[in-house]
Amino acid sequence: MAVTLERPALKEKPSLKIRKPRNSWVAWIFVLPFVIVFVVFWAGPLLAGLGMSFTDMRSTDVRDPLAVDVVGVENYLRLFTDDLMRKAALNTLIFVVTTLPLTIALGLAAAVALNSGISRLPAAFFRLGYYTPYITSIIGIAVAWRFLLDPDAGPVNQFLAWIGIDGPAWLSDERTALPVIIVMTAWRSFGFDMVVLLAALQGIPKELYEAADIDGAGRWQRFRSVTVPMLKPALLFCTVYSSIGFAQFMEEPLVMTRGGPAGATTSASLAIYNQFGAGAYGYAGAAATVLFTVIVALALLQFRIGRRS
Amino acid sequence: MKRRASSFKADSGREPRSAFGRSRLAYALLTAGLLVVVFPFVWTMLASFKPEGEIRQNPPTLLPAEWTTSNYTGLFERMNMGTAFLNSAIVAIALVVANLLLCSMVGYAFAKLRFRFRNTLFGLVMVQMMVPAIVVMVPQFVLIAKLGLVNTFLGIVLPFIVAPLGIFMMRQFIADIPDELIQAARVDGAREFRIFFSIVLPLCRPALATLGLITFMTSWNNFLWPAVVAQSEDMYTLPVALAIFSNAQATQYGLLIAGAVVVVAPILLLFLFLQRYFVQGIASTGLK
Repeated sequence: MAVTLERPALKEKPSLKIRKPRNSWVAWIFVLPFVIVFVVFWAGPLLAGLGMSFTDMRSTDVRDPLAVDVVGVENYLRLFTDDLMRKAALNTLIFVVTTLPLTIALGLAAAVALNSGISRLPAAFFRLGYYTPYITSIIGIAVAWRFLLDPDAGPVNQFLAWIGIDGPAWLSDERTALPVIIVMTAWRSFGFDMVVLLAALQGIPKELYEAADIDGAGRWQRFRSVTVPMLKPALLFCTVYSSIGFAQFMEEPLVMTRGGPAGATTSASLAIYNQFGAGAYGYAGAAATVLFTVIVALALLQFRIGRRS
Repeated sequence: MKRRASSFKADSGREPRSAFGRSRLAYALLTAGLLVVVFPFVWTMLASFKPEGEIRQNPPTLLPAEWTTSNYTGLFERMNMGTAFLNSAIVAIALVVANLLLCSMVGYAFAKLRFRFRNTLFGLVMVQMMVPAIVVMVPQFVLIAKLGLVNTFLGIVLPFIVAPLGIFMMRQFIADIPDELIQAARVDGAREFRIFFSIVLPLCRPALATLGLITFMTSWNNFLWPAVVAQSEDMYTLPVALAIFSNAQATQYGLLIAGAVVVVAPILLLFLFLQRYFVQGIASTGLK
């Protein structure tokens, strides 16, 4: 059977060759930049990082690789008993689980509002405004927010004092520091979801709404049974894309709180960055490997769930 | 602008009454939301022109009672902001040039050339897009150290010279260029490089504009990798300089927010004038 199936394919090949010249070595020259950068700077380091995580490598060992000892899973075991690492993992989890729905809800609300008969010029204006925080430097934004939330100099507490509320020291209070960063991130990121969801909303065929109208559906029913199902691919994309990004948050706490107070805003990425700064390369590698595994698993899980329903 | 304004009129004229009421609510909500989004920018920008004393004054002023640029001059004198600005510009421009050329080359091969492992390789482009920078940071740094590129522009730039998102964008765009055009050139005996440079690349101009902007923005805002590679003040990029300054001078708000404005403003200006390309890029790559 296999033979009879292969024969026609073999016969066809020469004719293909005439129409499309086999330029495969030229093609490899074209893709070579990617192949080199991928292997040298991404795939290689990814594997090296995995290897590193089983050693006691430190910054001082870069010049002298012979000083590196294999320590097996010691780094991983230490990871699970390290209070700061556990706190960082928990903070990251809380951050992703709260920021994600908040961001998507805001993005969806803005997209629906923009799609509800707003004229083109003002719609473009709103879209521009909402998208602005997303394209600007996190470091710059974080510095600005730190100033806005300063208990003495910041306008937020000054306004609160006006209406008789004694505002907290937002960023140095364990109870408010992480929530503030969550709100700031949602504020910064929802414009992206808005653009994606707005494009998806505009792609929904009008006939579907007309059919729903004929069936006597109310506005909420139309939203639930036409809009939401049609938005599913876009929502799935926003969820996966944003959760990968949110799971790596670090610049915000780095600038605003340095992970404090008492580790209340230390994220997984910030903890890895700090371990790298302290020279513990093996340990940082183990933490990075765990973070990567979680991120990949999370993305795959979301795709699974999204595809099934 | 004129065309848009007229369609604005036509649209609102066509709206039935109930829909107009509904869109009035939408306008109100959108305006309130916009104020919340824009407030931090406006307040910070205005405050950066106030003297330190007025910044801390209670009750606060919205507009500076006394306009001053002393925060900005102090910034350039005290934290070497001019050098950081220049470094950021050098890195961003180098990355734009590299990505425009390399991403379109690679994208062309994926879109129009046939070779073994093409799909596998394209899968790897997607894989790289998923790899978080923090995960490979340590071994990447060790590699850069072994290559002797710590504290150099080359070290800051190299891992990002051919970004997977750019490859993806260019492949999508080049795939839409008709095959006949390329076939005709091949029949005429043109080599692949000629075809690429004289037929494909000129047709890619709109996509290249978007890619250039996105690359510039990403590079300008990038913090983690430059913070790892740049080790002395003369190599810091703007976000690195600002983050370090912010940790050292926690309460010098005048200088700090002026620094934030210097980091944010160039991208903001680019965005205001060229927003079409930004949004196009997000919409076209995000969903396909």
